[in-house]
Amino acid sequence: MTVLQKKSHNPIGHLTPEDVEQIGVELDAIRQSVIDTRGADDAAYIRKVIATQRKLELGSRAVLLVSMFPPAWVVGTAGLAVAKIIENMEIGHNVMHGQWDWMRDPKIHSTTWEWDNASPSEQWKHSHNELHHTYTNVIGKDNDLGYGIMRVDEDQRWVPLYAAQPVWNFVNACFFEYGIAAYDLELGKNLATKERRQDPDFRARAKVTLKKIRNQMTKDYVIHPLLSGPSFLNTLAANATANLIRNLWTHSVIMCGHFPEGVETFERRSIVGETRGEWYLRQMLGSANISGSKAMHFMTGNLSFQIEHHLFPDLPSNRYQEIAPQVQDLFRRYGLTYTTGSLPRQVASAWKKVIRLSLPNDFLGRNKGASVTDLPTSETAREHAAA
Amino acid sequence: MSLTAPSKPSTRAARPSLRRRFLRLAERATSPLLPADYLDLFDPLRPGADLRGRIVAVHPETADAATIVIRPGADWAGHVPGQYVRVGVDVDGIRQWRAYSLTHGPRADGNISITVKAVPDGLVSTHLVRESRPGTLVHLEQAQGEFVLPTDGGKFLFVTAGSGVTPVIGMLRNLFPVADDGVVRLARSAAYDIVVVHVAPSEPHSIFIDNLRALDDAGLIRLVARYDDEHGVLDVADLETLVPDLHDRATLACGPGGLLDALQRHHDERGLDLLTEQFRATTLVVGEGGTVDFTGSGTTVDADGATPILDAAEAAGVLMPSGCRMGICFGCVLPLREGAVRDLRTGAVTTATPGETEGQGVPIQTCISAAAGACVIDH
Repeated sequence: MTVLQKKSHNPIGHLTPEDVEQIGVELDAIRQSVIDTRGADDAAYIRKVIATQRKLELGSRAVLLVSMFPPAWVVGTAGLAVAKIIENMEIGHNVMHGQWDWMRDPKIHSTTWEWDNASPSEQWKHSHNELHHTYTNVIGKDNDLGYGIMRVDEDQRWVPLYAAQPVWNFVNACFFEYGIAAYDLELGKNLATKERRQDPDFRARAKVTLKKIRNQMTKDYVIHPLLSGPSFLNTLAANATANLIRNLWTHSVIMCGHFPEGVETFERRSIVGETRGEWYLRQMLGSANISGSKAMHFMTGNLSFQIEHHLFPDLPSNRYQEIAPQVQDLFRRYGLTYTTGSLPRQVASAWKKVIRLSLPNDFLGRNKGASVTDLPTSETAREHAAA
Repeated sequence: MSLTAPSKPSTRAARPSLRRRFLRLAERATSPLLPADYLDLFDPLRPGADLRGRIVAVHPETADAATIVIRPGADWAGHVPGQYVRVGVDVDGIRQWRAYSLTHGPRADGNISITVKAVPDGLVSTHLVRESRPGTLVHLEQAQGEFVLPTDGGKFLFVTAGSGVTPVIGMLRNLFPVADDGVVRLARSAAYDIVVVHVAPSEPHSIFIDNLRALDDAGLIRLVARYDDEHGVLDVADLETLVPDLHDRATLACGPGGLLDALQRHHDERGLDLLTEQFRATTLVVGEGGTVDFTGSGTTVDADGATPILDAAEAAGVLMPSGCRMGICFGCVLPLREGAVRDLRTGAVTTATPGETEGQGVPIQTCISAAAGACVIDH
């Protein structure tokens, strides 16, 4: 992709400023319809998911106490991996978004939730809820575009480091929870200079992260293996495998959110003075869904409804599926592309981009990247986008 | 953390350390959650759990009032008749807290009961009377309140209005329990001489009137029932006529603020003892804009009805947590301890009344909330 403002064919060029504001009005109405009907059924849903997840985790860990028996190892590892995925995605990510704050239950609240992941929720909420969800797909503002270690857009400048980005991406996928923790700490930036390394705020945050990682590791790699007695090594391997599966799965799902072909990116300047309608439009074009079964949606924490999630990050995740047809209809009526595809297709598309952009834009003449000459006038396009 | 049972002084010195070690191990095994988060799945009423209760029965009292019998968690510390309990109930999925008088003395079965009158627009009272079902889990706090009878007897006048009868019923049931064959006369209750002036809009709307009549018939209390539709609204000056030995009695009154205020003036003028209990002390005024008090810094900010509290506070020099400034990231959430705010996107009003929220108040997003009346924010 190339920032939308530089494309020869502007996908929102046909929209008038009034259209954009009308899109905002219609989306506000969809949001309100969910808020108006939010209630006991939704509360029962999240409580059931949390109770089920905890029982699954307990059960899996109990089975792993005898993990020296191969069937127990397989069942326990699979159960624990699923439990960790549900905890991170359908529960943790969404609770931390404040999707369930309306219940006023202090135990299921964005201000109190701590998730089964290396990154402390405080730091995740800052980098994810605040930065990524506000500046979605704005080059230079949204670090989720490549996480600072990869180039996923033609308009990100190529440096030789990116040549190895398919490797980085795979390594990051395997250790994704630590990648997230490092990312939330802005480790690359903060370790770069002595001054930054010694910044008291950074040091305090790093201390919190290290403590969280220590607690996580103690649980998975010391306590539970010890409790397993003679199955020590088997449980250790099982927990490591469950964490690996969780890492690979969450990494794949998250790659599908913003990296597949068809997703638009935006120039930094284009969001100056952005209206609510324009913000909505950017979320619509900057996200991609994953199509699939109910079970697949659940296991992605309903991030398969990435477009709906980015439009309404604080609505309960169990309601995204229900509003998706209305959102899709809105895309159709305004002549916009609702990017979606099956999980294998979207994962392949995202990987293809990571591999393709590991090389400079004009390498072998394959990448038709942006250059100033492509533009009719970048200013006009920008105004369209901002309109 | 709430896994341990209260430690017993008789245990040997080695025990607590062992327990502590076990506890630390359990915490490490469940991190980042707590062992309690898992135990709650199986036994939410166990010792050491957050205080909760399970509704075991709902008995209708009148057309719009019901007594809810609750089995409290193991750590329920008991109560004195006349005290109230704060109950957290999920209504339409939203946790709401209200205070209700306990309407029994300590019961043999260990249960507690509250009697609730469904008031018009009363979200929680209507839910409890009409929707609550046995088996539902509710959240509790320990019993509180100074509105209790002296234990050594004496001459008393109870003045109760509407559901203000509930704490008094708790006291009377404790003094004069009712068995299948009628009221039980207890030796400890002989020292009490009680008159009840009970005020209600009309007889059918009078909660517990049958209980009061039964006690009156048995000669254990003297009941003066006053119905607005029959006798007119009670004038406190008439009390001296209704209760000729008023001056010999200590008065305990529970009811709406207007009645209690009038009674206070009346008794002050005559130098009489009065103990009152009022359930709702404050009426929330919802308007446009208002003052916002920040409890931590002691700052008061004037905020208009169109400006987010975050902006108004920052303009006045208050250092505020903030994030996206558009209502999506939840980085600016602070507890509204008291008052009303309006969501600038939807117009929805959120209110917080002290005593009706959990902890420090209702968490609100300051970046999209404007003051809708005077507010107190915990920050």
